[in-house]
Amino acid sequence: MRVTVVDYKAGNLASVLKALHRLGAETEVAGGPAPLVPAERIVLPGVGHFAATRRLDETGLTPAIRDAIARGVPFLGICVGMQWLFAGSTEAPGQPGLAHFAGQCTRFPAGSDKVPHVGWNSLEIGNGSRLLAAVEPGAFVYFTHSYRAPVFAEAAAITHYIEPFTAAVEQGNVMGVQFHPELSGETGLTVLKNFLGWEARS
Amino acid sequence: MLARRIIACLDVDRGRVVKGVQFVDLVDAGDPATLAARHAREGADEIVLLDIAATHQGRQMLLDTVRRTARELFIPFTVGGGIRSADDAARVFEAGADKVSVNSAALADPSLIGAIGRSFGAQAVVVAIDARRDPAAADPVRDAQVFVHGGRMPAGRRAVEWAREAEARGAGEILLTSMNADGTRSGFDCELTAAVSEAVNIPVIASGGAGSVDHFVEVFTRGKADAALAASIFHFGVSSARALKQDLARAGIPVRPGVHRSPSGAEAPVQ
Repeated sequence: MRVTVVDYKAGNLASVLKALHRLGAETEVAGGPAPLVPAERIVLPGVGHFAATRRLDETGLTPAIRDAIARGVPFLGICVGMQWLFAGSTEAPGQPGLAHFAGQCTRFPAGSDKVPHVGWNSLEIGNGSRLLAAVEPGAFVYFTHSYRAPVFAEAAAITHYIEPFTAAVEQGNVMGVQFHPELSGETGLTVLKNFLGWEARS
Repeated sequence: MLARRIIACLDVDRGRVVKGVQFVDLVDAGDPATLAARHAREGADEIVLLDIAATHQGRQMLLDTVRRTARELFIPFTVGGGIRSADDAARVFEAGADKVSVNSAALADPSLIGAIGRSFGAQAVVVAIDARRDPAAADPVRDAQVFVHGGRMPAGRRAVEWAREAEARGAGEILLTSMNADGTRSGFDCELTAAVSEAVNIPVIASGGAGSVDHFVEVFTRGKADAALAASIFHFGVSSARALKQDLARAGIPVRPGVHRSPSGAEAPVQ
C-alpha cells in the first residue's frame, strides 16, 4: 500500500507519516505534481492558515490533485486539507479552494466559548460512511481549528462546538476530516485504516 | 461536547523522568518513552515532555528522548525545554513533537512565538508560564510574577499581561504552572488559573498541585481551565488517567472516556 502525502509547507508531516507507517503503508512525500500522476492514494494534511493552500496552485498541485480525483484515486484531506475541498474560506477570501464541495468555510462565531476549538470532541456519524466504519458513535477525536466547514448533505460526521459543523466529508473517492486522525489515538488509526482499505465499488 | 483534557507531564532531566516539589528535590520516576506509552494507554489525552534542565545544559539528549517517546504515541505530544529559536523548534518537530512549549526564550525574545507559528501553525506553539503569587502586590493573583529558567529567576512580568501578549503574538495555548502549588498535591491555584483563562481566548492548561479528583473538578469549574496537567499522581500509580476520568465523568465534567482494545482490535468505551 503506497500513499502519496502532499507537502505544501503547511505544518509538520511527521505525525501523519508515523501513523500511516504504523498501519503498514509506504509513504512518498510530494512537493510538486509529478508524483501525483502514478499515485495510488493521496493524503493532503495541513494546519494553520488557509492562505497556505496558495502554494498548491503555484506549484501545479491543484490540477494534479483534480486529475487524480477524476481518475478515482482515493483522496483524504485533513484539517485545512479538508477545508480546501470547499469553494474557499473567509480566512483567505482571495484564495479559492478546489470547490469539489460547495460552500465556504467560516470562523466560529465569537461568544462565550473560546476560539480556536482545541481538544477532543465527539462525532455524530451519518449512515453508511465507509471512512468512519467501525468508529463508535460519539467517539472522541482531536481537533484544533478556528474555521470550519458548513453542515451539508455529504457530511459524514458532525461535531458540535458553539454550532454544529462538518467534522468529516465523504463522496465516493473524495474524503476529508476536520479532526486530526494521526493525533486521535485508536479512533484516528481506525479512520486512517479505513482510508487505506478503501476500494472503488465495481 | 468538547472534553476537558487530562494531560500527563513528564519532567525529564538527563533522559530520565523526575519529579520535584516546588521545582527542587528531584526523584527518579522512570523512562520517558515507557511512561508516555503507559499514560496514553491509560487514557491521557496528551503527553507533555519538559526537559527541565535543558535551558542551562544542552539539548542533544532531548532530541533522542523525543524521538524515542514519539515513536509509539498517536495523541498530541508537546515538547519543551531549551527551545531558543525557530530552528531549535524545527528540530524538535522533526524528532516527532506535535507542539513545542517555549518559556524563558519567549520572554527574552517574544517574536519567537510568531516565528515558530509562521512555519508550524499557531496550534503548535504552547507558551509555558511559571508564575508565583506576589504577596507584596495589591492583587497577589492578578499581579502574580512570572519566573524563568526553571523557576530560578524573576522575569519582571505579570502572568496575566504576559499571557495576553503571548496570545496576541500567536500562541496557540498557555501552559500555566503555579509555583506555589507545584508538587504539593494540595490543589491547583484556581484563582490564578481563572484570572489567566478569562484574560485570553486560547486554551489554558492548568499545572501544579494536582493531588485528588476534587482538585481537577475545582480547576475545571472555578479555575475555568480548558485542560489540566499532572505528573506525579500518574507516575507513582496513585491514580491512572482512566480512573481519574471515570471519577470526573461522575462529577459531571465532560471528558473523553478511556478506551481499551477489545479482542477484535476494535475499541470500546470503558464502562
